[in-house]
Amino acid sequence: MWDWQYTLSFMPDLMKALITTISATLVGFLLAVVLGLPLVLGRRSNFKPLALLTTGFIEFFRSTPLLAQIYFIFYVFPKYGISFSPFAAGVIALGLHYATYLSEVYRSGIESIPKGQWEAAAALNFSRIRTWVSIIIPQAIPPVVPVMGNYLIGMFKDTPILSAITLVEILQTAKIIGAHSFRYLEPITMVGILFLLLSYISSVGVRKLELRLNQRY
Amino acid sequence: MNENSVKSPPMVRYQKISKSFGELKVLREIDLEIAAGEKVAIIGPSGSGKTTLGRLLMTLEKPNSGTIEVDGDYLWHKKVDEKLVWANQKHIRSVRAKVGMVFQQFNLFPHMRVLRNCTEAPIHVLGISEEEAQERAIAMLQKVGLGQKLKDFPSKLSGGQQQRVAIARALVMRPKVLIFDEVTSALDPELVGEVLEVIKEIAAEGETTMVLITHEMEFAREVADRIIFIDGGLIAEQGPPQKIFENPENERTKDFLSRFRQQNRNY
Repeated sequence: MWDWQYTLSFMPDLMKALITTISATLVGFLLAVVLGLPLVLGRRSNFKPLALLTTGFIEFFRSTPLLAQIYFIFYVFPKYGISFSPFAAGVIALGLHYATYLSEVYRSGIESIPKGQWEAAAALNFSRIRTWVSIIIPQAIPPVVPVMGNYLIGMFKDTPILSAITLVEILQTAKIIGAHSFRYLEPITMVGILFLLLSYISSVGVRKLELRLNQRY
Repeated sequence: MNENSVKSPPMVRYQKISKSFGELKVLREIDLEIAAGEKVAIIGPSGSGKTTLGRLLMTLEKPNSGTIEVDGDYLWHKKVDEKLVWANQKHIRSVRAKVGMVFQQFNLFPHMRVLRNCTEAPIHVLGISEEEAQERAIAMLQKVGLGQKLKDFPSKLSGGQQQRVAIARALVMRPKVLIFDEVTSALDPELVGEVLEVIKEIAAEGETTMVLITHEMEFAREVADRIIFIDGGLIAEQGPPQKIFENPENERTKDFLSRFRQQNRNY
């Protein structure tokens, strides 16, 4: 049955690994949030080659497995002189993969903005960049925050895949702990509980943020 | 309009402007000159091309052929070796700076408070300081009777108030030409008056060249120096308000005006 003493004994290790998991998620998501923007801008560009290239890039990353992308970055790139630590490779892969999803989310946000907003910006002689900064992005992002939150939680749950490139995140840690004592029940269960807890906290946070953003006007 | 303005170069000049949307020819080789400070009302049936005429001047639509000049500069074109070629965005922006527009649907920025709606462009487009932009904007908002609403979001305002903010927002940029594109068409009837009053006041000040695209005949008659009647993508008739409304020559103008009078017999 459940052994509390045993559970307490491995919790410090688990919490340490949890920090790795959370860091990978946060850095990866930040990367995705930032990279998603040039992707959607490239896709909407009037310059056809750029639009095609970006669309191809997005489709490629969305329709190949994340694990394959992670392997590629971690095992293939070093052959060409670009090597990353497991953490860096994992974060880059997660960031790129999710950036393509987020670019689609941004696109839906941007396309929901009435044409009149673009026209008003033109009538006031805003530059293209200023139109994006002052008018479009501040209106396009708040409505898609809930969807972005879902992707954040999705990415969080995807992090155990990074164990495939030797990153010792929380699930891998639980497996190692279990392997030492031949007791898997407690460590794996605790991992599940921690994931549940953090996902729940994030979703509450996203909902609060959503409410705040939509109350503004 | 004074005597001199007839001789001085026009503020706006359309030359052989044509515009089609797919197969539909909306404007057919329109020639039109508008003098500096002149108030021109463009009237005509729906789909006659009058809104397109304004949108071409605001660079919201690109002409298929012909040229538009604003204050002596080509808007859509550039002269390279004595030949006219399409201009780039930078050139278009530099000329477009002289033109402003008020829209049928107001198009205020919903995420900005009233004051910021009126200061964002002066700060980031004209490059003036925030204090100066606020000063200008507050003065203008007071002029349109909204000095008390500076901190409200547009969604809190009535349609008439929103449209008055939009007028102030356009005026803060001090355009030489201001286009009013059916600015009362989206308003409830009881709110039309307050917006027209504001426009009349601005018109009375005289400096700004105004292009009033409108269905409000009484208003057009009162404010405009010249009425331009557009039908089927052509200028069917133009002249001083009195002549167009009381003594139209063109059959289509007569038709349009009599239909309009029938619809509005109630008042």
